[in-house]
Amino acid sequence: MSAASAEPIVDIRDVHQSFGKVEVLKGISLSVPKGGVVCIIGPSGSGKSTLLRCINGLVPIDQGSIRVADFYVHKLVTDQEKIALRKEVSIIFQQYNLFPHKTALENVMMAPVHVLKENKDEVRVRAVVLLKKVGLSAKADVYPGELSGGQQQRVAIARSLAMRPEVMLFDEVTAALDPETVKEVLNTIRELAQEGMTCMLVTHEMRFARELADVVYFTDGGVIVESGPPAELFDRPVKERTRAFLSQIL
Amino acid sequence: MSRLRWNDPLPQATDLPVLLPAAARLARNSAAQRATDAFSLHLLPAHGVALLVLFLIGCGWAEAQVQPGQPSILATLWKWTPVLLRGFLFNLAISAVAMAAGTIVGLFLGFAQISLLPPVRKGAWLTTHFFRNAPWLVLLFYCMFLLPFQVTAFGMTIPIPDWIKATLGLSLPVMANVSEIVRGAIQSIPTTQWESAASLAFNRRQTLWMIIFPQCIKRMLPPWMNLYAILTMATVLTSIVGVNEMMGLTRQALSAENRSGLLLAFYSYVLFWFFLYCYPIARWTVRLEARYAVND
Repeated sequence: MSAASAEPIVDIRDVHQSFGKVEVLKGISLSVPKGGVVCIIGPSGSGKSTLLRCINGLVPIDQGSIRVADFYVHKLVTDQEKIALRKEVSIIFQQYNLFPHKTALENVMMAPVHVLKENKDEVRVRAVVLLKKVGLSAKADVYPGELSGGQQQRVAIARSLAMRPEVMLFDEVTAALDPETVKEVLNTIRELAQEGMTCMLVTHEMRFARELADVVYFTDGGVIVESGPPAELFDRPVKERTRAFLSQIL
Repeated sequence: MSRLRWNDPLPQATDLPVLLPAAARLARNSAAQRATDAFSLHLLPAHGVALLVLFLIGCGWAEAQVQPGQPSILATLWKWTPVLLRGFLFNLAISAVAMAAGTIVGLFLGFAQISLLPPVRKGAWLTTHFFRNAPWLVLLFYCMFLLPFQVTAFGMTIPIPDWIKATLGLSLPVMANVSEIVRGAIQSIPTTQWESAASLAFNRRQTLWMIIFPQCIKRMLPPWMNLYAILTMATVLTSIVGVNEMMGLTRQALSAENRSGLLLAFYSYVLFWFFLYCYPIARWTVRLEARYAVND
């Protein structure tokens, strides 16, 4: 990618993190250029999701450094500081986590109106456009409980986009969906990536990772085992562990 | 990855990732259940029938003892009904005021119970559990005898009537129970809602007010209504400390009549009025519970 020379927008160095005595991340380093798309693959429990949560400050790290744009995430202490970071970094969860008492449109509008304090009418216009973008114009006034999983996930993506983040983190966003709806969500993400949004995806969709990613990281046991462009990592994995993992799923 | 946080209702009972969502749901439901169960009032139609039978037996018994020249038992009940109903309205007024006061203070106390500041949280916890576990009658007596019967301020002497003190006494356990209802409801909302709000840059106050608490209201409504029905029935306790509500007036009516055999008829008549008022509340609560259980 041409962005290689520029300063990366996400820069993670030697991150360690543990829950109690269980060390989940054992020294992870990676960086993402602006507009880059990075996929993280690996077996369950290898710390992929935790890594994403560390990036937007939901989970504190024990050691190492994380920088996102101008924010040194590991140094953020107060809520105020973390809130400033989270305006730039959005995370989308496996379980959608929409607000069940608000309609799809209200879900999208809430954060810009109340957090960014933007004008409500302007936000509404933007929210309508975003819902159209994810193909859910007709569902604006519907509550999450009446939407399918795929639709809920696309509302969640629109909700994140409404904050105009610099970086979007996707935490196994298709893992809870049935195969048909997976496609709807992946198409939405593909569009975002092609428009130049910086994306980090934790995913089990290998074909999608191969198609979209600039770099794929394979993690296992809290470390990055191997990384590289998808063509190399998927077709000519160097490490034995990577080969074993890929042979299981491909 | 699950991490123990202040609002985790129960430790996850399983380490199997597949079961974690189910375990979380179970834990959540049981937390909501606990908040509700504490004052579940199970009034059934059969209770109404039993009450009617009791009343008829009472009337029959009293009727059998009527001396020549005395009015019949039903005529006597009818004669006293306006007085007794005035007393009953007083019961309802006490219950409404105690409920309103207890709810307002209880809401604050409930929020204080989930405060991030340990002194606030622990103080609220202690207050809640003290008043929740103290016998209602004891609290009532404390309020009656520890509060002055009048206050003097700016040269004016304002008397505090007994019924106000009694109402205050009853609002204390209401406050503590509302506090627990609020805490239970907030903690029954999945932590993922907090995470989701945090990742959209909401602060804690906004998250609580705009996202968590609105979802709590429908969970809080059934136990809150149950609490109200129980409070209404507890208002008769105030007769012990001399408030002229229905129970006290019934006792006065009985001593004025000075006839044997009226006891069962009169008290089952009182019971009947309370049943008439509380039964619809109890049924409505059950319906709400069922509806919300499905929608969750």
